[in-house]
Amino acid sequence: MKVVVCVKQVPDTKGGVKFKPDGTLDRAAMLAIMNPDDKAGLEAALRLKDEYGAEVTVVTMGLPKAEAVLREAFAMGADKGILVTDRVLGGADTWATSSTIAGALRNLDYDLIITGRQAIDGDTAQVGPQISEHLGIPVISYAEDLKIEGDSVIVKRQFEDRYHIVKAKMPCLVTALSELNEPRYMTPGGIFDAFEKEITVWGRADLKDVEDSNLGLKGSPTQIAKASDKVAKGKGTVYTPDSDEEGAEIVFGILKDKHFI
Amino acid sequence: MSLEEYKGVFIFAQQVDNVITPVALELLGKAKELASNLETKEVTAVLIGYQVEGLVDRLARYGADRVIVVDDPALKDYRTEPYTQALTAVIKEFKPEILLVGATAIGRDLGPRVSSRIHTGLTADCTKLDIGDFPLNNPTKFNLLLMTRPAFGGNTIATIACPDFRPQMATVRPGVMQKITPIEGAKAEVIKFDAGIIENDKYTQILEIIKEKKSVADISAAKILVSGGRGVGSPENFKILEDLAEVIGGTVSCSRAVVDSGWKPKDLQVGQTGQTVRPQIYFAIGISGAIQHVAGMEESDLIIAINKDENAPIFDVADIGIVGDLNKVVPALTKKIAADLAAKTQA
Repeated sequence: MKVVVCVKQVPDTKGGVKFKPDGTLDRAAMLAIMNPDDKAGLEAALRLKDEYGAEVTVVTMGLPKAEAVLREAFAMGADKGILVTDRVLGGADTWATSSTIAGALRNLDYDLIITGRQAIDGDTAQVGPQISEHLGIPVISYAEDLKIEGDSVIVKRQFEDRYHIVKAKMPCLVTALSELNEPRYMTPGGIFDAFEKEITVWGRADLKDVEDSNLGLKGSPTQIAKASDKVAKGKGTVYTPDSDEEGAEIVFGILKDKHFI
Repeated sequence: MSLEEYKGVFIFAQQVDNVITPVALELLGKAKELASNLETKEVTAVLIGYQVEGLVDRLARYGADRVIVVDDPALKDYRTEPYTQALTAVIKEFKPEILLVGATAIGRDLGPRVSSRIHTGLTADCTKLDIGDFPLNNPTKFNLLLMTRPAFGGNTIATIACPDFRPQMATVRPGVMQKITPIEGAKAEVIKFDAGIIENDKYTQILEIIKEKKSVADISAAKILVSGGRGVGSPENFKILEDLAEVIGGTVSCSRAVVDSGWKPKDLQVGQTGQTVRPQIYFAIGISGAIQHVAGMEESDLIIAINKDENAPIFDVADIGIVGDLNKVVPALTKKIAADLAAKTQA
């Protein structure tokens, strides 16, 4: 069984966020981590390796420094790592990103592709389902549990007020929630191996069946009109109402104004 | 693609178990407003499901001029592929200029799949939508959908356009847009559309449906936190916080003092030694606001503090502070929200 996990190196959004003059994110200027939902996806794949001897390949797209997340994945137990990096791929929206990753995945044999539900920088949750569409395979989003049964995968799929237990024939793509599991730590032996292992680096020329017009900033249907840092919060308003009823009314009014109720 | 062929604002009228999801009505309200700034004023709802025609009038009352109904047994419960086939077929046939989808667990799965099949842009989780020109300086394209969304953990706000592809698609965060006051007796034009739903190898099978709310409260993922401190007084008195959380769809969390007193488990603790949270609303109830606590919640979008001590440091970080008795203010607030909800359900 072959499992491919797509991971993203993301800026740790707890730090500051920086932009380039064109309005796109200046990733180079920020601290970077493996996206949490992707890490849960990797853990799910590693459990399939433990149980069924699955081969786990990790793919990431990004700047050359994104190789750090592949090293981390090696240290956790991944078998192969592929870095997709090329200047022409920069500035991609979710359409162009998913076209790129699909172009890379077409070179690989896979039974199951796992992506995180969403990345903490963009929060779109779009790239996983879009990859599956480009590859023409089924998708099950929001996996909270995952098991293999014969040639199918069975997923506990989360909705707001329910779960569906969904079965899909492989090959298919599953997007993982952080709730799926508790990712393992890197092992000392794993960390040692991590720096011995070879990372495969692919550029534009290695992408299969993708037009130039679907890549990078130029291949992105959506374009940023304006991006800005959120304005720092000023001090709020403290009310000393005459009655508790009035206090409740003030809060109620604000919740209403902001459309929370 | 000739962009001029694409006309009208469409919304995906999500239904689950034959009940319209509230965000669909909010989308209708927004769609009406957007359409008033465009050449084609008509608002179209796309209703997909099985035996769902009975929902048409409700969509009409909330602003749909036209409802396209795709009805098929394969569409009874949400599955990505048949719903993608249905919505894609509608887009190809009716060519909307704008398509809005609720950013629900369904919409955030369906939207990307459809946008990929159509080859158009999709902007996720929008909190603001306007009609405007692009680029903002020296515009060359006019009357586009300008989609605004928070990103990077809420640190930034971006406004996005989709100038060269149609439809311009957005998923919209539930609870942000405004429903219209329903128009009694309103009727919509109904078009029954055969989307040619055909089972293929992308179909999944639903083995079981389990209806339940999530069992374990994950406070870091909660959109609304109702957090209590030592001032709540006793473990039993957390009931008033639970009641508020229930009516507003929130989760109860707490300060370290509460965990140290053994009133609540450590999983619910906010702060430096607990969890860092960033909900849309953080209620700090009977929490003094020690620096260790504030470090774990100061990034919340809206902080509402209720405390009887007007000098409590929590008031320095709160957006809204109420100096008062939490035992009276909180139940009064719960009651108001419950009454408001009851009135809405009747509407």
